[in-house]
Amino acid sequence: MSPQPPTTPQPDSGQDLLTGVTTATAEKGSSLGRDAWYRLRKNHLAMASLWFFIAVVLLCFFLPLVPAVPDPNVTHPDLQSLPAFSTATSMEGVEVYYLLGSDHLGRDIFSRMLYGGRVSLAVGFLATIVSLTIGVVYGAVSGFTGGRTDAVMMRVVDILYALPFMIIVIILTTYFGNKLWLLFVCIGAVEWLTMSRIVRGQVRSLKRQEFIDAARSLGLSNWHIILRHLIPNTVGPVIIYTTLTVPAVMRLEAILSFLGLGVQPPDASWGSLIKEGADRMASDPGLLVYPALIFGMTLFSLNFLGDGLRDALDPKSSKD
Amino acid sequence: MESLRYLLSRFLQSLFALLCIITITFFLARLAPGGPFLDEKAVPEHLIEQMKRNYGFDKPLPVQYGLYLGRLVQGDLGPSLGNKGFTVNEVIAEGFPVSLMLGVSGLVIALFIGIPVGVVAAAKRNTAVDYFLMAFTMLGICLPTFVIAPLLGEIFALKLGWFDVAMWENSSAWFLGAATLGLYYSAYIARLTRGSMLDVLSQDFIRTARAKGVAPATVLFKHAFRGGITPVVAYLGPALAGLLGGSFVVETVFGLPGLGQHFIKAATNRDYWLINGTVTVFAVLILVMNFLVDVLQGWLDPRTRGHK
Repeated sequence: MSPQPPTTPQPDSGQDLLTGVTTATAEKGSSLGRDAWYRLRKNHLAMASLWFFIAVVLLCFFLPLVPAVPDPNVTHPDLQSLPAFSTATSMEGVEVYYLLGSDHLGRDIFSRMLYGGRVSLAVGFLATIVSLTIGVVYGAVSGFTGGRTDAVMMRVVDILYALPFMIIVIILTTYFGNKLWLLFVCIGAVEWLTMSRIVRGQVRSLKRQEFIDAARSLGLSNWHIILRHLIPNTVGPVIIYTTLTVPAVMRLEAILSFLGLGVQPPDASWGSLIKEGADRMASDPGLLVYPALIFGMTLFSLNFLGDGLRDALDPKSSKD
Repeated sequence: MESLRYLLSRFLQSLFALLCIITITFFLARLAPGGPFLDEKAVPEHLIEQMKRNYGFDKPLPVQYGLYLGRLVQGDLGPSLGNKGFTVNEVIAEGFPVSLMLGVSGLVIALFIGIPVGVVAAAKRNTAVDYFLMAFTMLGICLPTFVIAPLLGEIFALKLGWFDVAMWENSSAWFLGAATLGLYYSAYIARLTRGSMLDVLSQDFIRTARAKGVAPATVLFKHAFRGGITPVVAYLGPALAGLLGGSFVVETVFGLPGLGQHFIKAATNRDYWLINGTVTVFAVLILVMNFLVDVLQGWLDPRTRGHK
């Protein structure tokens, strides 16, 4: 992004904890990781996104452990729709401080956003891990085997692509009314299609290279070659696409919650909070604005991070 | 002759895919826990048995599947269990045009915004224009439809009064819905167009054309555009599928009587035939779109013809 002239790496400037760890692991293997990390650090937008995302994750998962954060589901019927930064005393004589105000039931919006973020992020990670596993293995096997097997496997992917995906997910919601995490395992199980195509393409071009011939002449089994030699070499595109899958899944969860099929009240996710906010937009805009903002910015940061990683890991495809 | 055989094989593949989709949804819907005759009041057991017999649900599932396929071939989608007195054909005939209209006009809006933005960004790459446009499209991708939709409604319908907020007949609410959908997909299409245009623009034949002194605009539109547009064409099928699904959200926000509401209700109430019918209609549409896309792609890029 920023047009900086390429300079020599300055390892001692701005070497923080994370860099130290990355460099240490990179030294053992190839230098690809270190190069990529170096290029990524040059990309201020991507780095800002990375730190922002880490901050959001830490906040959502650890801040609710602090006792001062109120219970997201405690209602105060007499303290409705208070503005941000307000302190109020409820009927029971409890003094409540609302960092971002309260909703129509007197619940703390900030706390609901934190807890909602847990659900949204957990869903994003869970579904992505499932889709990653299926997609990478499927794509690698298909690309490595080639021939008729490959043709059949890719035709299956084509057919699944034609599924009206949203509809299938809506049908699936009827299976997992209360066990939401199962639904998102299923979403992951449907989201792997693009990943498998990417990995297949990579593997097809990799498997003609000499190091695979070498591995084969050493008598390694096909599975060993796929798992230990082919898949590790597809890591670049896979990381990039993973970064883009997380926001896609989070969007899907939000849409489902918006349609009333995802998280059920009183529990919240960012999607269901946005839905509540959209219903009361005219009377209390904060209800829509805060969750929409944090949700939008999280997706924003993940997308920018994905773009930055693409430039960092695959310099050929970069803009310059 | 070659291309005719190719078209025929693509057609047969589409038919096979359709059969797979119908089969998957049939069993997916039928094996879901619960049933269509559950009510908040306790319904006597013998009544449920009778209703099941009425609708043929007492037969073994594979038999029902065969009977369903038989009726489907004749174009009969069966009765709607949730909308008493209506057949699925009637429900779909009522709601589908709304969803289709939303989806197709959304697609048109997406193409009319997305492609020019992508081409301009590619032509001006790494300039302020490019950065601005790309940041803007990113915003479009990250702000979910269900945030944009109420905002558009608030601004253009309630504040400015340009459009009606809800209702379908003789109403302009559908335009806001289509715009919401279109804006989201235009962001994707813009990024796709920009990427593939950059690919094409870096190829040798473009350099040759420029070296010969062809005007930059001619290079852009005559030489590069046709190649640069191919991925966008390939994306049309998935885009339409997404638009139809996305129209469910827009229909909810703007209160449009499309298939979305019916379908969500059908899924939660296990209205089996309506679920299957809707999926079948959508799948046919998507497959037809994919088929057309393939044909169009072959025309745009002759290299893709031989491969399949």
